[in-house]
Amino acid sequence: MISKRIIPCLDVRDGKLTKGIKFKGNVDIGDPVEAAREYYEQGADEIVFYDITASSDKRNIMIDVVRRVAETIFIPFSVGGGIRNLDDMRNVIHAGAEKVSVNSAAVENPQIIMQGAKAFGSQCVVLGMDVKQVDVSDAIPSGYEIVVHGGRIYTGIDALWWATEAEKLGAGEICLNSIDADGVQTGYELNLTRLISENVHIPVIASGGAGKPEHLADVLTKGKADAALIASMVHYRTYTIAEIKHYLSEKQIKTRLFW
Amino acid sequence: MIAIIDYNAGNITSVARALQSIGQDFVITNEIKKLDAASRVIFPGVGAAGEAMAYLRQKKLDVWLRDYIKTGKPLLGICLGTQIILDYSEENDTPCVSLVAGSTKRFPEKLTEGSALLKIPQMGWNSIRLLRSHPVFDGVSPPAEFYFVHSYYPAPADQEVVLGVTDYGMTFCSVLARNNLVAMQFHPEKSGRPGLQILKNFCTWRLS
Repeated sequence: MISKRIIPCLDVRDGKLTKGIKFKGNVDIGDPVEAAREYYEQGADEIVFYDITASSDKRNIMIDVVRRVAETIFIPFSVGGGIRNLDDMRNVIHAGAEKVSVNSAAVENPQIIMQGAKAFGSQCVVLGMDVKQVDVSDAIPSGYEIVVHGGRIYTGIDALWWATEAEKLGAGEICLNSIDADGVQTGYELNLTRLISENVHIPVIASGGAGKPEHLADVLTKGKADAALIASMVHYRTYTIAEIKHYLSEKQIKTRLFW
Repeated sequence: MIAIIDYNAGNITSVARALQSIGQDFVITNEIKKLDAASRVIFPGVGAAGEAMAYLRQKKLDVWLRDYIKTGKPLLGICLGTQIILDYSEENDTPCVSLVAGSTKRFPEKLTEGSALLKIPQMGWNSIRLLRSHPVFDGVSPPAEFYFVHSYYPAPADQEVVLGVTDYGMTFCSVLARNNLVAMQFHPEKSGRPGLQILKNFCTWRLS
């Protein structure tokens, strides 16, 4: 039986973590490679890097980070943020990432999903979706709309339609981020997650809102998510990944407990 | 020397990095002369069977693999490299290398576990049940899980080659082994310590 995956998300800017991560003895780690190693040792099933480097001339720093991460951890990891075209995807994958995540670039040019799937295989292409709840309308029948640029721009695209469309185009997985729940730590958006997960055949990673292990239990059962993304709750050492997994195990949710 | 067969099929560098981490020297090559000189060979792969087989045939590596397996030197198949050692793959309706009788099949559309409809591909960590012991799995304890990414699974004709099975809405052959061949559907290079242990074991595997 497959395990539900617990995936820490690391935000990187100019090759450094945007927020220090506290580990054993309260050591602050600002190096994404060291943070990845720590989470690998702690039992992370996968790691997501989100590159928020603004200036394009500094993007090669991220490629170097990817290369060093690939030499350090032996679990899958993905890289998203600023992926604009096939060359960006190729650079990240050749540097050693298993998966590359496209978000706003795919909204602007959906063909990038198809091109990526053809060049590297569907399993390499993750569609990142940022979603906000809106009133149900003819244009947005699900009541969930795709937003871009950190939620500032509404696209007029229905989230459910976009998820099924991306699957048809060849996306191998969806990372579904609720902007409403993000950073609030009051739990994942369960209705949205279940809606998307029940209507696509590819795995869905729930993102946004995790603050307690109960939140993961909810999204992995009621929300029907295949994996859960976590950030603050482990970055600030409120919980370790092992603690979260043991909690889930008590709730009869299967995770990988041996590493 | 260990050789990794380079046939344009995806993430060969991740296998290379895993070997580096366990201090194992290797060459990555598609040249028959270098492959002939290898003492053991890894046949990895990610991608589609059709394109992979077209490339192998063009480089005559399919013929080379059939000859190599007769030498008695160890061969490790990983993921696509496991699927295409069978006779045939349903993916792109592809005749394959035929080191092992049987075919590679697509997961059925409606795979369920309890009330849950399972996703295809299977993407994530799952366990294996070994049906017998094998030197390549020495030191790998049963609760260990391995990273799978696949929509197709190997279905060998002869049940005796099935070394391990995995449950994903159905029970499928996730590890096959016969004489000098061991092949797995999961990615040992991406399966943390237990995966690295398998690679280490393969690198020192002495066939008696």
